[in-house]
Amino acid sequence: MYLDLIRIRFLMMLAYRVNYYSGIIIYAVNIGAYYFFWHAIYGDLEAIRGFTLSQMTTYVAVTWMARAFYFNNLDREIANEVRDGSVAIQFVRPYHYLLVKMFQGFGEGLFRLLMFMTPGLVFVCLIFPIELPRDPAVWLLYAAMLAFSFLINSELNLLTGMGAFYIENVDGLIRMKRVAVDLFSGLLVPVALFPGWLAALSEWLPFQAIAYLPSAVFTGRASGEEALAAITLQAVWAAVLLVSIMLMWRAARRRLFVQGG
Amino acid sequence: MRPAIEVEQLRKTFRVQKNREGLAGAIRDLFRREYVEVTAVKDISFTIPQGEICGYIGENGAGKSTTIKMLAGILVPTSGSVRVAGYVPWKERERFVRNIGVVFGQRSQLWWDIGVIESFQLLRKVYRVPMEDYRRRLDELVERLQLADLLNRPVRKLSLGQRMRCELVASLLHQPSILFLDEPTIGLDIVVKTEIREFLLQLNREHGTTILLTTHDLQDIEALCSRVIMLDDGRIIYDGGLDELKARWSRGREIRLQFGEQVAPERLELLTADLPGVRWQIGDGLSAVMRVPSEVGLSDALGRVVGSGIDIRDIKFTETSTDEIVREIYKSGSVSGAERLVGAT
Repeated sequence: MYLDLIRIRFLMMLAYRVNYYSGIIIYAVNIGAYYFFWHAIYGDLEAIRGFTLSQMTTYVAVTWMARAFYFNNLDREIANEVRDGSVAIQFVRPYHYLLVKMFQGFGEGLFRLLMFMTPGLVFVCLIFPIELPRDPAVWLLYAAMLAFSFLINSELNLLTGMGAFYIENVDGLIRMKRVAVDLFSGLLVPVALFPGWLAALSEWLPFQAIAYLPSAVFTGRASGEEALAAITLQAVWAAVLLVSIMLMWRAARRRLFVQGG
Repeated sequence: MRPAIEVEQLRKTFRVQKNREGLAGAIRDLFRREYVEVTAVKDISFTIPQGEICGYIGENGAGKSTTIKMLAGILVPTSGSVRVAGYVPWKERERFVRNIGVVFGQRSQLWWDIGVIESFQLLRKVYRVPMEDYRRRLDELVERLQLADLLNRPVRKLSLGQRMRCELVASLLHQPSILFLDEPTIGLDIVVKTEIREFLLQLNREHGTTILLTTHDLQDIEALCSRVIMLDDGRIIYDGGLDELKARWSRGREIRLQFGEQVAPERLELLTADLPGVRWQIGDGLSAVMRVPSEVGLSDALGRVVGSGIDIRDIKFTETSTDEIVREIYKSGSVSGAERLVGAT
């Protein structure tokens, strides 16, 4: 059944082709913009805090590509469904609402992974000087870490979305979370370039586990034991968030108040 | 056989945010919110046996939908007990919901962007219906509700009537023993309404499906329900047969008469003086209305007038319609009226 949810989401994504094409363009523009931005910053510099320009370009490209996979709008979807009351329908089905949402998000992620991350990466490799790792073990590790990225980001989205059970308007919260994810995850600037206190802070937040850790492994910044520590940290965050979701869900269930009678 | 639905002392209280007035109020709200407790359902009890079609009526905001949502396992009751199909809905939700079907007239349960048949197939997987059963059931429903042409269209391109029929199919694919309908005919034209009513009757007859429906259309109730539960401000004010409700609240029958000559009111009243409860309302002397309570036979009353030799041009019978009765009850809606009703059953 859950496989079918993935399939249905796939179909839904295909149903809106314009979204698909514009998505490709947006990602290409973003990667391009960051490439030139870093290019200008580097100027004649060889490396910034151990990042060479080519490493930085690879980092940017890979991080954005990963975002295509882990990013989803589950928070907004849940908030909308709670607000307009259609969440009620979800409760008369013999499945777990959050699990269904998770799989829908996964369907969406898979769609983007196959339909524009892979072609996009090929395309980007042709234009920009990007170094891909040669060790298949790194690729394998990266795949596992990417799965965790999706898990952690989606868990955060579920938590934010469930806020709608408690506050009438969660738009602000959702936007705040999005900015926090983009900044602290290292999507905009690698965590390694943060000033000391900010880097220390982000080490204690779950966000860096979404983008920075996998990309660091992929670009070769972290390897061996460091890489293992990174994936372990991801697993810990995934588990911590899972427990919070379960607790919050239990409380939310009692509070559920379906709008419109 | 245990009843399909057992409800005892059921209560649901919501905490609703209170918005204070004006800018100052809004700013104070920012720091300390005030909440108001609203009790939507106030300790109601009722039992519905298997195979019954029961109408659940009441004004907007009376607590109908809240009750249905508690019965369907969507909301958790504040207190009281509910057993539906032998389950406590909100506790064993995932197992329980396999036994019920739910249709909300104002919400779609189909996936908006994909073909209807895709939704049905997904539901088949969700409810783990075996392929054979699904085929048989779907064929039957599609034929009965004439949906064959619609199956491949996305839901967003269906008309309301088409969508509603699809919703019914969606709620019945797993052959539930209990069906909850929350305003199933809202906004539909008379043809579709009739079709849906006939379909529900047949479903009840052939499969013994227990149906609980809320509606504002009393024709739904007249066409379908043997029993009515009426709710007002979270309390049950009537629970019993529709006929009884009518008998109790009906102002009786009316006979409108047109005469060919001027008739004195006293003469008319004299004619029916020995029939208890018969009242006259005299118009301009050429017409009159006779109110006949249900204890008095119509032919008896009419015979008095016809046999008197008065020149009668036209006779018209009317009965108080259910609409009128219910409007009356809603309007009075007072506890005294309510007690009278409940006490009487």
